[in-house]
Amino acid sequence: MAGQITDLSAVELRERLARGEITAPEVVEAYLQRIRVLDPQLHAFLYVDFEGALMQARQVQEQVLARSRGSEADLPPLAGIPVAVKDNMCTKGVPTTCASRILKGWRPPYDATVVERLRKAGAIILGKTNLDEFAMGSSTENSGFGPTRNPWDLTRVPGGSSGGSAAAVAAGLAPLALGSDTGGSIRQPAALCGIVGFKPTYGRVSRYGLVAFASSLDQIGPMTRTVSDCAVLLNVIAGNDPRDSTSANLPCPDFARALRPEARGLRIGIPRECFVEGLQPEVREAVLQAADLFSSLGAICTEISLPHLDYALPTYYLIAPAEASSNLARYDGVQYGYRAQAGDLYTMYARTRREGFGPEVKRRIMLGTYALSAGYYEAFYLKALKVRTLIKRDFDAAFQDHDLILMPTSPTVAFPLGEKVTDPLQMYLNDIFTIPVSLAGLPGISIPCGFANGLPIGLQLVGRAFDEETVLRAAFTFEQHTGYWKARPPLGGG
Amino acid sequence: MAIDDRTVEHVARLSRLELTPEERELFREQLSRILEYFSKLNELDTSGVPPTSHVVPMSNVFREDVVTPSLEREEVLGEAPDQEEGYFKVPRVFEEF
Repeated sequence: MAGQITDLSAVELRERLARGEITAPEVVEAYLQRIRVLDPQLHAFLYVDFEGALMQARQVQEQVLARSRGSEADLPPLAGIPVAVKDNMCTKGVPTTCASRILKGWRPPYDATVVERLRKAGAIILGKTNLDEFAMGSSTENSGFGPTRNPWDLTRVPGGSSGGSAAAVAAGLAPLALGSDTGGSIRQPAALCGIVGFKPTYGRVSRYGLVAFASSLDQIGPMTRTVSDCAVLLNVIAGNDPRDSTSANLPCPDFARALRPEARGLRIGIPRECFVEGLQPEVREAVLQAADLFSSLGAICTEISLPHLDYALPTYYLIAPAEASSNLARYDGVQYGYRAQAGDLYTMYARTRREGFGPEVKRRIMLGTYALSAGYYEAFYLKALKVRTLIKRDFDAAFQDHDLILMPTSPTVAFPLGEKVTDPLQMYLNDIFTIPVSLAGLPGISIPCGFANGLPIGLQLVGRAFDEETVLRAAFTFEQHTGYWKARPPLGGG
Repeated sequence: MAIDDRTVEHVARLSRLELTPEERELFREQLSRILEYFSKLNELDTSGVPPTSHVVPMSNVFREDVVTPSLEREEVLGEAPDQEEGYFKVPRVFEEF
């Protein structure tokens, strides 16, 4: 039975829970059991709330599911469905570490807006997933508590920074997960683990209670096995929030209703700048085949140009660290988290931060502080903000006569642990196709589109600002005509 | 764009980061290399291009000035490394007179 339950999508779980064929405690127990068996090798979770999750499940069963009349319409959207949450989103009373020693053991006194919305929707929070420290990285190797492994090949990385969420969903340790994406941190691990990962438009989902990395870029989004589950989860978390002044005050459509298997007339642009040296041949092949499939379904695929694509990486690695250096100033050993012992205040600050932060976080704080410091601000930070305008204009121009942009999510499939971790520039290159989309604030999804040597390949679809529906519809259409999403990693666990 | 030890030292101080001699050396080398790569941006003429600090056009966001509950003081202080009588406690700030 356990094997069956953890194979179901959230949409299928909901149907069975509504009909009373299974109960929420059974569902949660099945997932907890799979976590017990498989997570010791994967290390997708930093914290599993064994008792809390079962308690929540019993409550939802008694107070919500048992009282409904077997009809789905009476139920909150995620009643009894387990969700894993990336450990940079605040969960009241449950440890939230950002995979950093500086926050080890911290229990937030409040829930992030997305967590509040999950609870209100009846979801059961299973635990908190691993990430690169403060979401800075592309492999989850920068976690202060040890890396996560890719369920498709335990010697390889799951991508990052939401590598724990991606691995958990791919391995069937959770049907749904939340990730956060600043330069690709939802989409790239989704690609490397063979699942669906969606970064909505900047401002679509509240950032209140998401521990800040780069505030002009950070965005929370769903990580799931199917596009339908993705739409259901987005419905729950999206919407205006007065506590995040950058959250968009726009009505949210029912994203699940956008899912029609239909691509006729869809105008898809394919940026020629993506198909250059460094792109793995199998990835190139799979992405071009995806374009062919859309064409065969009646879409109009044309080559486009994003002339400043090549400048996105240096632009991002100035803007994001600059914002991070300011956001991470709050870790000073005073209000929460770790404090080093020292006789005076300055030394206490500097030593707390030396002992609490890992190397990548220090590197980015240094880089950002340098880019913002007197004498360099104009040459670096301001220059980057101007190039950001040029990159955004490239996309604006492309969307004048296209509805969607199709490109690879990541230039390669999952790479071996340890291969890039000592070379920051090599690691940064993982995000060359996701970063431009982040800089422009656009919605981008990664969906499975093939395999190379048994490792998943991701296809990225990008839409206009606040047009998540077109992105989801195209992703759904692709999924309905392919079987990649059905493949499961070769794990035991029953 | 080579960075010297003094600059690394200066930036570390601004960042409130104590560095070991090994870290100082590593960051000097790595930051120099990263900034060298960033000089690629100078290929672009950005005169007359306005900076984008935020992608979503948005002006001030206001709300009604109504009182809402705050976090519980005891809960918040309970997470602090050190506290005393309702305050966060830190090491000495001023030298003795």
